[in-house]
Amino acid sequence: MTVIIAVALTLVAAIGAVVVGTHSPERQAVVLSMFGMALTVLFVTVQAPDVALSQLGVGAALVPLMVMLAIRRIRRDQRGEARRPGKDEE
Amino acid sequence: MSIYPYCVAAWLMLAGAYGIVRSRNMVHAVVCLSVCQSGTYVLLLAVGYQRGATAPVFGSTTTPNRNVVDPVVQAMTLTDIVVSATVTALLLALAIQVNKRQRTVDPNELVALKG
Amino acid sequence: MSERGRLAVYLPAALALAALLVLAFLRMPGFGGTVHLYRDLAVPAAVRHVTANVVSAVNFDQRALDTLGEESILLGSVVGAAALLRPAQRESERRPRRTGRTLESTGLLGYLLLPVTLIVGFDVVAHGHLTPGGGFQGGVVLATGIHLLYLAGSYRALERLRPVEVFDAGEALGAGMFTVLGLIGVLAGTAFLQNFLPMGSFGSLFSAGTVPVLNALVGVEVACGAVVLLTHFFTEDLTVSVAGREDGGDRDRGDRDGNDRDGNDQGGEEE
Repeated sequence: MTVIIAVALTLVAAIGAVVVGTHSPERQAVVLSMFGMALTVLFVTVQAPDVALSQLGVGAALVPLMVMLAIRRIRRDQRGEARRPGKDEE
Repeated sequence: MSIYPYCVAAWLMLAGAYGIVRSRNMVHAVVCLSVCQSGTYVLLLAVGYQRGATAPVFGSTTTPNRNVVDPVVQAMTLTDIVVSATVTALLLALAIQVNKRQRTVDPNELVALKG
Repeated sequence: MSERGRLAVYLPAALALAALLVLAFLRMPGFGGTVHLYRDLAVPAAVRHVTANVVSAVNFDQRALDTLGEESILLGSVVGAAALLRPAQRESERRPRRTGRTLESTGLLGYLLLPVTLIVGFDVVAHGHLTPGGGFQGGVVLATGIHLLYLAGSYRALERLRPVEVFDAGEALGAGMFTVLGLIGVLAGTAFLQNFLPMGSFGSLFSAGTVPVLNALVGVEVACGAVVLLTHFFTEDLTVSVAGREDGGDRDRGDRDGNDRDGNDQGGEEE
């Protein structure tokens, strides 16, 4: 059992570092979802099913979805701007 | 092994902070902040864990006993996760709003706050 | 501050903090130890109130006041995000285009999973005091479950199923009733948010007094709150920002409008 926890912890630490190191925000949303699932696995192994359930819903679905939608909105605004060169140089 | 989980918690927090420091995109910074906060989940649950104990849920057949992991820290972690989600939502909304006004989400390009 | 400067501040601070933390960890009780004072108090208290899931007992009975605070944080942040994301006057909403790029299998899976997810969500809320789960988890499952319709490719169906006003009211109702239930406890002669209902028998659906009631209220609030939050993000994704910089003035508003109208055809692109 201890070995499983150690593996899950290492996985969490590694994926957490990948999330931080991913610079493209779209990819980061996907990696964040994986990070949420790794945390869920860790919580199951440390006998916290309640927390695991909530982490699965929030960390693996809700938050990445919001991040994705925010990125899309920001991208669209910026792309709309780029299509009008010279407009905002004042 | 006895302090490894705590170190993972500290690692997540410091790694998240590093991401915020290096960030060139506010959305990226918000995600890094949520990594930071996940360090606190790991720390709380690590404090409450007991080797060989079961989850703090009793069925109608299992008699209540005290050989369970700490339920108080689990309840706190639950609160923590929900709060983290709401903070993330609020910050993302702020990032969208900043982008609408300034046309950038790079903190380095936001030279001054405008009223 | 420049990036180099920030890093120069961060690295020594991080090293010092890491060293201090490790020093602290070395003096903490080791991982997996048997000394858990709060557990020794919380478990008997939960058993006294006939609650099978001790985590729910802590959240909705022993620390119910904290949960009220947490609910207020949720309510406040939803209100805050809604205020930040409300469409400005110079933005126009556009209808999402039917792109038809959703795979049929994805669509079918979405429609099949929708009822399953909703049932699981209700089940998780209803049995929160007996099995792992509760208002928070079930609420999130319900809120994200509804958005399977979006994955299935039908934003219109999602819009019909999701009258925002109802969810707005539901969220407020959930938070308000939580307080009201606490006050009923006061009127019944006990303390605020005290567990005053009959406890029932261990492991049955009607046990643990107020815990399942508060669970359901939190479930309503979290589900509605998350739906409202996601709705605002979705609407934001579908509105067109007509205004440029705020200081850009109104003079070129007309042609920006035109530009955006024909320019934005990226509706519904998924990766």
